[in-house]
Amino acid sequence: MGEVIVSMRQICKEFPGVKALDNVDFELRSGEVMALLGENGAGKSTLMKILSGVYTRDSGELELFGKEYGDLTPKQAQEIGVAIIHQELNMCRHLNVAENMFLGREKVNGIILSAREMEAEAKKILDDLKIDISPTQIVGDLPVSKQQMVEIAKALSINAKVLIMDEPTSALTAKEITDLFRIIHKLKDEGHGIVYISHRLEELAQIVDRVTIMRDGKFVSKAEFADLTMDKIIADMVGREIKEKFPRVSCEKGKTVFEVKHLNAGHQVRDISFSVSEGEIVGFAGLMGAGRTEMTRAIFGVDERESGEFFLDGRQIELKDPEDAIRKGVVLAPEDRKKDGLCVKLSIRENLALPNLDLICDRLGVIRKKKEDELCEKAVKNLRIKTPNVEIDANNLSGGNQQKVVVGKWLARNSRVVIFDEPTRGIDVGAKVEIYHLMNNLKKQGIAVIFVSSEMPEVMGIADRIITMCDGRITGELTSEEATQEKILTLATRFESKQ
Amino acid sequence: MENKKQNPIKRFLAIRGMGAVMTAFIGLIAIYIAFGIMNPAVFSGQNILNLLRSMAKYLLIGIAQSYVLITGNIDLSIGTMVGMSAMISATMMTHGVHPLLAILVALCSCLIVGVINGYLVGKFRLPPFIATLGTMFVTRGIAYMVNGNRNTDAISSGIGKDAADKFQNFFYYGKTIGVYNAFWIALIAFIVFYFVLSKTRSGRHIYAIGSNIDAAKLSGVNVVKTTTKAYLVSAICSCIVGLIICAQAGMGNMEAGNTYEMYGVAAGVIGGISPLGGTGNLLGTLAGAAVWQTLENGLNMIGAQVGIQRIVIGVIVVGAVLLDIVVRGGQLGKKKG
Repeated sequence: MGEVIVSMRQICKEFPGVKALDNVDFELRSGEVMALLGENGAGKSTLMKILSGVYTRDSGELELFGKEYGDLTPKQAQEIGVAIIHQELNMCRHLNVAENMFLGREKVNGIILSAREMEAEAKKILDDLKIDISPTQIVGDLPVSKQQMVEIAKALSINAKVLIMDEPTSALTAKEITDLFRIIHKLKDEGHGIVYISHRLEELAQIVDRVTIMRDGKFVSKAEFADLTMDKIIADMVGREIKEKFPRVSCEKGKTVFEVKHLNAGHQVRDISFSVSEGEIVGFAGLMGAGRTEMTRAIFGVDERESGEFFLDGRQIELKDPEDAIRKGVVLAPEDRKKDGLCVKLSIRENLALPNLDLICDRLGVIRKKKEDELCEKAVKNLRIKTPNVEIDANNLSGGNQQKVVVGKWLARNSRVVIFDEPTRGIDVGAKVEIYHLMNNLKKQGIAVIFVSSEMPEVMGIADRIITMCDGRITGELTSEEATQEKILTLATRFESKQ
Repeated sequence: MENKKQNPIKRFLAIRGMGAVMTAFIGLIAIYIAFGIMNPAVFSGQNILNLLRSMAKYLLIGIAQSYVLITGNIDLSIGTMVGMSAMISATMMTHGVHPLLAILVALCSCLIVGVINGYLVGKFRLPPFIATLGTMFVTRGIAYMVNGNRNTDAISSGIGKDAADKFQNFFYYGKTIGVYNAFWIALIAFIVFYFVLSKTRSGRHIYAIGSNIDAAKLSGVNVVKTTTKAYLVSAICSCIVGLIICAQAGMGNMEAGNTYEMYGVAAGVIGGISPLGGTGNLLGTLAGAAVWQTLENGLNMIGAQVGIQRIVIGVIVVGAVLLDIVVRGGQLGKKKG
């Protein structure tokens, strides 16, 4: 066990109206992975932003590598050796890998950039990490997982000794996670201290040494991971016991509600046919890039289709564009909430009302305030969205609550088909269970639920039938009884070339 | 905590962009009083009437640009639509065409430009700066061509003095309840478009696409239609300004409305409308237009040169936005897990 390299004591931070951190203690040693756990809004990110100089603390002590520091700026924190790998990756999408890694501290020859030198150094770091990325690739063209690796490489290139990883695996597939863990192990062995924030508790066992748990801005507990049980961790995080992580309701399977036939859209969606019946949730499992998100977008009419037929309650329908699909009762809660799900400068009220304006407007298109209030009140209550009122900017909510808004805006309508694309990504256990309950409720009402998820335990726990995709094609189907992680993985990696 | 009613003042300030609106109004009052102290004639009834009348144009232009700015776009063709509207209506009237028909043709021409703008930006996803730069040149070209590359004669030469007086009084010189008609026209347009923007589905859609076009689309908002609607509002307001200018001069001037699109941006921005889209409130535009006119009027009244006027306005535009950024920067802290 290495020496203590980060020690934060009695940290307090207040935002207008919220006590975000209340006397929080935190410690990190070199050569360890410290998990920082807590529900959305527990203050984990705030604490880490103080450590990395993004926010300044109101009070408390901050000691790094044995030295006391006052208010840090992000640049100072970087120089001391603290790097943060953000949940939402912060990179210039149009620049290449090396350019991003050396952004702000470019190597120059006089006044001329020495691109070759930077590329060489970038390549060395990437090779060291055994990451297969060329320094000259444009970052925007890389998949999220690779972009994340670039961020890690960037952190190492500035000699960071403390690496903060905020939800690093939330956008990764099983294989990519294995890769990431390999890198984390390597960093650990080299004496780096790693703060690991994650909602995926099942992966902790593979890398974590110690755990710090926070709740509502307060420090709750700190312990060796080996001394803890999963139930204890969850109880500490949530403050109550969660009885069922994957609540399942059984329903009589009824008639077919929605059917997709021979859907083709680009090389990511190839000849997709499936159907969903009343009283069932159909899960879509697969690796990142298997084409599941593209499929949902093609169904919803966001992207161009080459072919495909849709049947709703036995009648063939067209789904021209999202507007058309919504009107006909097919809706999509999209994957990327910042990009596709929320209008961030608008209030929660406006976000919830947006797809439902047809329901709350009179014939002249004037919004009926009362109906809008009712709609919002119902959504906030049913989904338990934690907010003082619905007028605040959706951007100010925590991730879990934002996700509830994204999902909640579709529940006011009597839709026949609801597609959820990664609805629980990056949100905490409690919020996840609430979203599961919500899907179960829809299922009980006879609404066809399509559930795309990269987290195998939840697909197996919630879906009644699991369809696997690989490389844009459907490669198999399993009932919830016969599904195991191995079986799903086998089907999800059935590339055409391998057959 | 959840269902507690907030106090009304807080609720009012929570309305989008209200902070900036209040700042602009307070600034407006301060500016007005300051000029009044320097020259008491600023407070005179006639000056107030003149002020309201000259404000009408800027308010309309401000509304035009604000609608488009809120969608996250910009309309550079506003000034040239003003010119086209003035030239088309004036040319027709000098040829004896009935004013009503002239107005209708001018309006239709502007609406066509609006639709083209809307489709170029909304459907073909052209950068709005480029798309409306193109239509800007084209409409100015049309304004030149309608009367063979020269300004028109007096409109009374075609439709006669009575009809010309009627037209000019209706849009500019006449008064209703003691206030010039130009002001009433702008006020009615303001009320209508304020209502549309804040209370109707179309208005909500305009905010939504300005805030996040992808999310709006996935929520069933028709991006092409909504973008076009914003550009149509811009076209309508520009057309009205063209008619006001035509009435004021009693003739058509090919350069009418030159750089008005930028006045529109200024009025909107002073009132807290972000050129990045998604935020802002037409009350701000009203305040912005008023600030602008009060400044121009006040500087005139104290005998400042035109150069000084321009400099002051430039400083105010940047200052207003700077203030907004500094104030927003002050409340940076956002709660996040």
